[in-house]
Amino acid sequence: MLHTLSIGELGRSLSSGEISSVELTRLFLARIERLNPALNALITLTAEQALLAAAAADRRRAAGEKGPLLGIPLIHKDIFCTDGVRTSCGSRMLDNFVAPYDATVVARLKAAGTVMLGKANMDEFAMGSSNETSFYGPVKNPWDTSKVPGGSSGGSAAAAAARLAAFTTGTDTGGSIRQPAALTGVTGVKPTYGRVSRYGMIAFASSLDQAGVFARSAADAAIVLQAMAGFDPRDSTSIDAPVPDYPAALREPLKGLKIGLLREFFDGLEARNASLIGDALKIYRGLGAETVEVSLPHLPLSVPTYYVVAPAECSSNLSRFDGVRFGYRCENPADLLDLYKRSRGEGFGAEVKRRIMTGTYVLSAGYFDAYYLKAQKVRRLITGDFRAAFEQVDLLIGPTTPTPAFAIGAKIDDPVTMYLNDIYTIGANLAGLPGLSLPCGFIEGLPMGLQLIGPHFSEAKLLNAAHLFQQATDWHSRSPRGYE
Amino acid sequence: MSLTRQDVEKIAHLARLSITEREMPVYVTSLSSIVDFVDELSRAQIGNVEPMAHPLDGQHQRLRPDVVSETDEHEKYQANAPAVQAGLYVVPRVIE
Repeated sequence: MLHTLSIGELGRSLSSGEISSVELTRLFLARIERLNPALNALITLTAEQALLAAAAADRRRAAGEKGPLLGIPLIHKDIFCTDGVRTSCGSRMLDNFVAPYDATVVARLKAAGTVMLGKANMDEFAMGSSNETSFYGPVKNPWDTSKVPGGSSGGSAAAAAARLAAFTTGTDTGGSIRQPAALTGVTGVKPTYGRVSRYGMIAFASSLDQAGVFARSAADAAIVLQAMAGFDPRDSTSIDAPVPDYPAALREPLKGLKIGLLREFFDGLEARNASLIGDALKIYRGLGAETVEVSLPHLPLSVPTYYVVAPAECSSNLSRFDGVRFGYRCENPADLLDLYKRSRGEGFGAEVKRRIMTGTYVLSAGYFDAYYLKAQKVRRLITGDFRAAFEQVDLLIGPTTPTPAFAIGAKIDDPVTMYLNDIYTIGANLAGLPGLSLPCGFIEGLPMGLQLIGPHFSEAKLLNAAHLFQQATDWHSRSPRGYE
Repeated sequence: MSLTRQDVEKIAHLARLSITEREMPVYVTSLSSIVDFVDELSRAQIGNVEPMAHPLDGQHQRLRPDVVSETDEHEKYQANAPAVQAGLYVVPRVIE
């Protein structure tokens, strides 16, 4: 039952010598072999390198080194460059791409002694909310394999829920950590923009992208975030500010904490979802928090704002895939233009092409002011709404998603309906705020998430509030049947 | 339909994307519905708001000392290229 232990418990078993990292790694590799075929959560397995890394971690521990992540197995989202290992970003375009260096997230977690078991499936270039746009096929939700796990970090979420590793990494541009965390019943943290380095993380929308973590609990997430966060001179928007001690802040009492209930999140919220949030609020009031209603009047515009800003940045970022320097190249190009067009047309999937074209349109002559500039202005209004709210409250609380996991195939042909999945998560990305989703109950046997959003650099408070909720409830410790 | 087939052909050309005959009607429909959806922004009362390009205020481009920080690893990087000859990327003939 080692796979059910927390990172803290695993660390104690490793340091007491009860188990070795090699044994732990073999155990998770065996789980992956047995359980991944039904889930398609991993697209690259690095078993050989994992065993070498585990043996190295065991030697480091034998030499007296400590550290909460030394010898702990993880799975990286395949958006993070991993030196010498295929990094596909879920795309045919990068199916043959072997990263020549490590992303900073990968390097930092490697330095902490973690053991990479493999790379997780994802929506192509992180564009999707269901993990159905991957070149490698959809990921299945371990709670019900006819359902999506959410996206874009769907493989990371499903792997964490199925206990295929002690934790997994992800990225969140419009909800891609929080939404799949909610739909698979795990804890997902999207830090403040700039808190974790974006270096070596394949870019989608550079003013929104942020790396984070999927874990079994807020306490585990605090340990992982501690190792991931911090200044990186290789990322021009990395924040040069000290990182607080996240695990140390977990137990701070919540007495007097002011929690804001976003009116815009609760208007029209489905009754069972609203009732789960209501139950969570009772727990928080029991812990001494006060709840106040607040309004963010421009928040309803966040989805259309995002679907201008994110595609615009995507169309610019993905112009680097030209069939010349790396990635897919078409057969027998007639000329250079044909090479560009067919390499991109054949190498990118349907949703990525749709986003590139949306972005190209909103940036094109005659439409720039009406769409892109306008969206950037509304972005400032939404950010201002959040700032005003945080003058009154410490945290905002609400649902992570409108519904539980939906059926594979249900929304894939209707992009606008799919985009509305992100209605509660996108605001935090536009304003660069940290957000966290934690399990808060079930609807028809499928997990639901409670979302906490805080001011810039309030990760410690979010983890603290989530941890105390998890001390009072056991939603986060439930496992899908067959994965206990 | 807010976008015509001609509009989508022009956008695809600007984005350097080949779109097949089979894909084209799907994109005309779905891009039109996305444009209609984001048109909601035109109803927003904006006033004199500065556009916001970056989520954190007060960030500026950092400078670093002008010293060599990277070594030449072009062989490693070019290992991912579809066609390389003598350290150069190979593309179809551009100048006749």
